[in-house]
Amino acid sequence: MSTISLHDTHNHDSHDDHGHHKETFLTKYVFSQDHKMIAKQFLITGIIMAVIAMGLSILFRLQLAWPEKSFPILETFLGSWAEGGRIKPDFYLALVTIHGTIMVFFVLTAGLSGTFSNLLIPLQIGARDMASPFLNMLSYWFFFGACVIMMSSFFIQTGPASAGWTIYPPLSALPTAIKGSALGMTLWLISMIMFVASSLMGGINYVSTVLNMRTKGMDLWKMPLTIWAFFLTAILGVLSFPVLVAGVVLLIFDRSFGTSFYLSDIVMGTQVLPNEGGSPILWQHLFWFLGHPEVYIVIMPALGISSEVISVNSRKPIFGYHAMIYSLIGITVLSFIVWGHHMFVTGMNPLLGGVFMITTLIIAVPSAVKTFNYLATLWRGNIRFTPAMLFAIGLVSFFISGGLTGIFLGNASLDINLHDTYFVVAHFHLVMGSAAIFGMLAGVYHWYPKMFGRMMSSKLGYLHFWLTFISAYLVFFPLHFLGLDGVPRRYYAFTEFEFMQKWLTVNVFVTWAAIIGALAQVAFLWNFFYSIFKGKKAPQNPWEANTLEWTTPVEHIHGNWPGEIPTVYRWPYDYSKPGSDVDFIPQTVPFSQTMTSNMPHDFEGNTEAERIQREWEAKNPVAPEQ
Amino acid sequence: MSLRKFISNKTIAALAVILTVFASTSAFAQAAGAAAETVAKPIDMGPVYKTVIFYTMAFLLVCLFVAIIGKALKVYELTREAQDQPKGINWNTVNGVLFALFLIVGLYGVYWEYTVHGKMILPEAASEHGKKIDQMFNITLIITTIVFIATHIILFVFAYIYRSTGKRKAYYYPHNNALERIWTIVPALVLTVLVLMGFLTWRSIFYKIEDPNNKPINIEITSSQFAWAIRYPGADGIVGLKNYKLINSINALGIDFKDKNTLDDQTADEMVIPVNKPVRLILTSKDVLHSFYMPHFRIQLNTVPGMTSYFEFTPTITTEEMKAKTNDPKFAYLFLCAKICGEGHYKMQKEVRVVSQAEYEAWVKKQGTYLTDDLRKEFNLPVAAAPAAVAPADSVAKDTSAVKTNQLALKK
Repeated sequence: MSTISLHDTHNHDSHDDHGHHKETFLTKYVFSQDHKMIAKQFLITGIIMAVIAMGLSILFRLQLAWPEKSFPILETFLGSWAEGGRIKPDFYLALVTIHGTIMVFFVLTAGLSGTFSNLLIPLQIGARDMASPFLNMLSYWFFFGACVIMMSSFFIQTGPASAGWTIYPPLSALPTAIKGSALGMTLWLISMIMFVASSLMGGINYVSTVLNMRTKGMDLWKMPLTIWAFFLTAILGVLSFPVLVAGVVLLIFDRSFGTSFYLSDIVMGTQVLPNEGGSPILWQHLFWFLGHPEVYIVIMPALGISSEVISVNSRKPIFGYHAMIYSLIGITVLSFIVWGHHMFVTGMNPLLGGVFMITTLIIAVPSAVKTFNYLATLWRGNIRFTPAMLFAIGLVSFFISGGLTGIFLGNASLDINLHDTYFVVAHFHLVMGSAAIFGMLAGVYHWYPKMFGRMMSSKLGYLHFWLTFISAYLVFFPLHFLGLDGVPRRYYAFTEFEFMQKWLTVNVFVTWAAIIGALAQVAFLWNFFYSIFKGKKAPQNPWEANTLEWTTPVEHIHGNWPGEIPTVYRWPYDYSKPGSDVDFIPQTVPFSQTMTSNMPHDFEGNTEAERIQREWEAKNPVAPEQ
Repeated sequence: MSLRKFISNKTIAALAVILTVFASTSAFAQAAGAAAETVAKPIDMGPVYKTVIFYTMAFLLVCLFVAIIGKALKVYELTREAQDQPKGINWNTVNGVLFALFLIVGLYGVYWEYTVHGKMILPEAASEHGKKIDQMFNITLIITTIVFIATHIILFVFAYIYRSTGKRKAYYYPHNNALERIWTIVPALVLTVLVLMGFLTWRSIFYKIEDPNNKPINIEITSSQFAWAIRYPGADGIVGLKNYKLINSINALGIDFKDKNTLDDQTADEMVIPVNKPVRLILTSKDVLHSFYMPHFRIQLNTVPGMTSYFEFTPTITTEEMKAKTNDPKFAYLFLCAKICGEGHYKMQKEVRVVSQAEYEAWVKKQGTYLTDDLRKEFNLPVAAAPAAVAPADSVAKDTSAVKTNQLALKK
């Protein structure tokens, strides 16, 4: 390889003045433009939102388990929304709506991509910061604003938006249809516009950073899978989020300016509305054109993180690096043409149903490839069960369990009877909820030393993992069977229907499991916040990983590397390479230093390097590998 | 010798841990108990279990318990370190074994779920197309269950077998094109089969060729917050026109009685349909989106304001037969709302009865018409006219049959 002998002659002088900024509290912790600080801001905001959304889910789980019981404490906190200690039906719908919105957008999109793209893209590709640090800061503050506005809707008279997280009009357009569609929905829409602005600024930044700012030697095919995943996720977001804004703006017009994009032929009670010519189906097309890529925006970073974590902790190269990337690309492309599978039974032309069924089931192929590659990576590994590794294995398990039920729902004919039932709830909570959150937690445990310079307690991590893993399955597995019995989702109580009575005991069980799962998060929260201040000091490379972020000093410095940015010579997965006496070879180690372990394919057809290697081998006969 | 020492050390340490924990918790419990006794003599625990304080204290107790175990473990490990002994607890082994245990317990759990909860699901499909759906569901279920079990066994067994022992080096195995080709092509083939089956079934459900000798019964369903309205076509077999602009307090559906086909349209409180006769549902909505969901027949289609959708099906099992099959004398078919529509979403239901042709005919005769005297006044119709307003006969039926394609179409 020609770069072996070349020295890095890039001029990095322009970065020298980085250390001389005068940092105030405000510029360091609040309006920070440093990608590492912004990542932490995203993470902690994401964690707070996750705790809130989880709390909301416990509230409605209480209602489902004990629909007849009263909980006076609820009235204390919720006031008129829980008169007599019982949650009201419209507030129940607000709870599920806001739970879904927060989890999907604020936790699993901003909390996940925002945290790890910001932290890892510059660190793993070898850049001093994002392409536009200012835009990056703006992205966080727009996100923060979106969170505040969304939460503020809990403090208004008519309550938060309550038309489901997909806010299908006309329900979401007509304040007379449900209380939450008054001011609460307006706030939801404003919050969402800010959120999309935030994720667009983030996405543009991620894409341009990955494309333009890679260090010397870091060609696209030497990037860690995390970066590939973040990169493709950002592309997905940039292309699909604007469509949501378009939809949202039209909805705002319908709500406030009397247009009829989504409304037609509606009579509320006996009041005939003047709207004519619109179609509620249009909203669904616009929403799901974002909405489906959105689920991949949620899961792809998690898959990227787990690829890295599984490889590091199995002490093995990720199996099928290229196949992993091609399947990510496949998922990215296909995810744009599958949105209709959310709409099989909306009454859209059945011809479309057939088409979308085909594209949907095709997307299962790259997903299957990824799963098998994870399994092959574990095979004959030397697995270290760090908490991150446990969560990554948990992700694989959830991804399989939830992915397989997608084959039922992606099949238009089967979807007829499963659509909008608890089967769907179980499906997406496993494949996108649990799997993505496990990916996020794996990332937190794995890169915590990089973020805070300290280690988290691994024992509390084990406790956290096992309680969460088991309770997630106990919560979501039984829900499939409710769906197969035809129990629809978003039902306030199962008391009105004879055939649902038999599921009440299951609901009690599921609620207890959910409560245990929620309490298990206390182990994480304690571990996380306690370790920031009191955790064990982290070594530079605690997991013995190959990627570039572990070559930076433990103390954060603006610009990441004190001297020159290291040059990259090899792919990031040289773990347990035969002939090497250590089981990991960082990306910054040139092949000239690892003559004993070089393999023919390392040289990518560079004949000069191959010749040097052959000459060296002739001179140093290798002792046979035992 | 060293092994024995190792074991005895370990057991002693473990015992110590357990003892400390028990001592502290029981001490805590005693103290709490004593406090409780002095305060309140009659020990009715009912109200206590209802207080938030009780659960908060219980949780704090658990936290304390965890903290004590954590500390004990730390002490144990530090002692071993100080004595220059190998690490006391190999967490790789612990987690590996836990994964293996999880696999075994989990497999049993899945078996239990399939057999216990699996028996509580919907009974067999009561419609022609539903049988096809069920068949395909079963095939999909078998395939996915096999994959589910196999991959999980592989995942957790690998986690157990290949846990780090500190003695082994991992096997450098970056790729194998043959393997990757296999696990791209095999899922692709299986999915192709499923897609083809799904596609053909889907077509057979939504693209029906009408048999002129076996015309379906038209039934119109209108959803509103939070009720269903059912309209039978009357003697002419045609559900007449309606217009949302005509909706008022006496004309809840906005039926346009200038259309002669509406004059004999009948109301119904429940949906009664004859067995083995095709039924064509005309689905509309008055206000927001709802979803017409009839789970026993494997039917679901959203009702959309401003748009009419159609679903044709043939019921195959009468209610009485289903009562016998499910061994449930109270069994009843129903339809309900499956799309979030407001605060009464969880209440929208109507009963469905599948009966013999004779029973159906007897029942349908008894149903009243939508046309009332008030409406006659409003539409300037003769008030005393005979209700059986001239069976408009087949000529009209043929005219409208062109519109009655089985494809969904915008009403406009």
